[in-house]
Amino acid sequence: MYGRGLRTLSIATVAVMGIALGLVFFYAPLEAEEGFLQKIFYIHVPLAIVTLCGFVIGGLLAIQHLRTREQRWDMRSYVAIHMSLIFAVGTLITGSIWARGSWGHWWVWSEPTLVSFLIVFLLYATYQPLRFAIEDPERQARYASVFAIVAGAFVPLNFLAVRLSTEYLHPRVLGSASNLPAKMQLTFLVSLLGIALLYATLCKYELTAKHTRKLLKARSKILGFR
Amino acid sequence: MSVKTKTISEKEGPHAALPRTAHVRSGRPVHVPAGTTRVVAALLRKELLVELRTLESVPGMSLFAVTTFVVFHFALNQSSVSGDEAAGILWVTLLFAAMLGVNRLFVADEDQGGFDAFLLAPVDRSAMLLAKALALLAYLLVLELVAVPAFGLLLLGPSLGQALPDLLVVLVLADVGIAVIGTLVAALAVRTRARDLLGPLLALPLLVPVVIGGARATSPLFGLNHADSPPARWLLTLGLYDLVFGLIAYAVFDFLLED
Repeated sequence: MYGRGLRTLSIATVAVMGIALGLVFFYAPLEAEEGFLQKIFYIHVPLAIVTLCGFVIGGLLAIQHLRTREQRWDMRSYVAIHMSLIFAVGTLITGSIWARGSWGHWWVWSEPTLVSFLIVFLLYATYQPLRFAIEDPERQARYASVFAIVAGAFVPLNFLAVRLSTEYLHPRVLGSASNLPAKMQLTFLVSLLGIALLYATLCKYELTAKHTRKLLKARSKILGFR
Repeated sequence: MSVKTKTISEKEGPHAALPRTAHVRSGRPVHVPAGTTRVVAALLRKELLVELRTLESVPGMSLFAVTTFVVFHFALNQSSVSGDEAAGILWVTLLFAAMLGVNRLFVADEDQGGFDAFLLAPVDRSAMLLAKALALLAYLLVLELVAVPAFGLLLLGPSLGQALPDLLVVLVLADVGIAVIGTLVAALAVRTRARDLLGPLLALPLLVPVVIGGARATSPLFGLNHADSPPARWLLTLGLYDLVFGLIAYAVFDFLLED
């Protein structure tokens, strides 16, 4: 049931990612100040956006789970958060490389987005320890959903608080896509689409795998295999 | 604790927490849940009474805070601090001391059947959240009654007196946030295998905005020239945080108490 459309989605992801990389390296102009290093922006920022959206979506799916009590919503919420965690590691690594390249330090406390991202990552890093410290599967799903909702609401509030706490030391030219030159903007949007598709595909793969494993377990039980 | 719960309910009469029976026109009795205020008051009374008799949380928290100030004195090798540094030390200490209370908040209910007893009573489950958060708030206020003067005595360079009225506002605003998040996290963590570990692990990132707001609002108060009052935006941030997480906790808490 989860496997349907997986092939189309995978092919679309590979195609868009390919186009995005092509645009990044051959179409987008070199940035005047940072030069080639600025290219990491096309990976880093989409990764961050997709990660945060994934966390919030995980919260929304958790609301759906608590409303309907259907186990599949919990599974989707789990997969969304799990995949976002992996993407978050990627975001932190690429952000660190970028910071080292342009500011000379691996970690910069004056960049509010990076700092809030770390806090959100540290919070979500406790999702799995919490979840797997509960044995009863029904309660596990319920508690994980409560966590996902609270943490999902925490994401925007945390960004607000951290942004307030930092004076703007660095001009935020690259913070949003709105003030970019047209060529860069197009490249950025295609990269964002590519990363979003990658996220969706990986989520679908994980869901399919989990679903299939459960089905297999149920069938072998019927057939009497242990 | 079950014994104590029993004595309390006996004192209040056998029907204290039971639904009142109201008769509507059809003549059929309809169960009306006991008023939430009364339930919260009864639960809060139980919490405070248990704490007064066992003295499990608050003395430990206060002692921990004072000891931490001593540790800070030696770790920083400074006999007096001011400004950002002072605010940081105070907030880190209060936060970690609060974690001790958070970790113990539901342990008695889990180990001795308090949850089951509460679930058997036909009352609104949010009452538990409200009562526990108020109890934790009370613990925090008592903790600060000890910790803040001790901080002024042991570490703070500028005198505490002038900062006190503004500091009180900041402390209360931050305490509400800590109490709400602490109660929610304690309820999440208490029924897991690693509850002592998970409580602080969940609560600390969630409370980072409170620390930011609290520390930024207090540091001008601890400045050497006493000129400033806490910036309004930090009080606003703390207030917003309390409001948002208060509502969220109210919305999700019921789901933690289902079995």
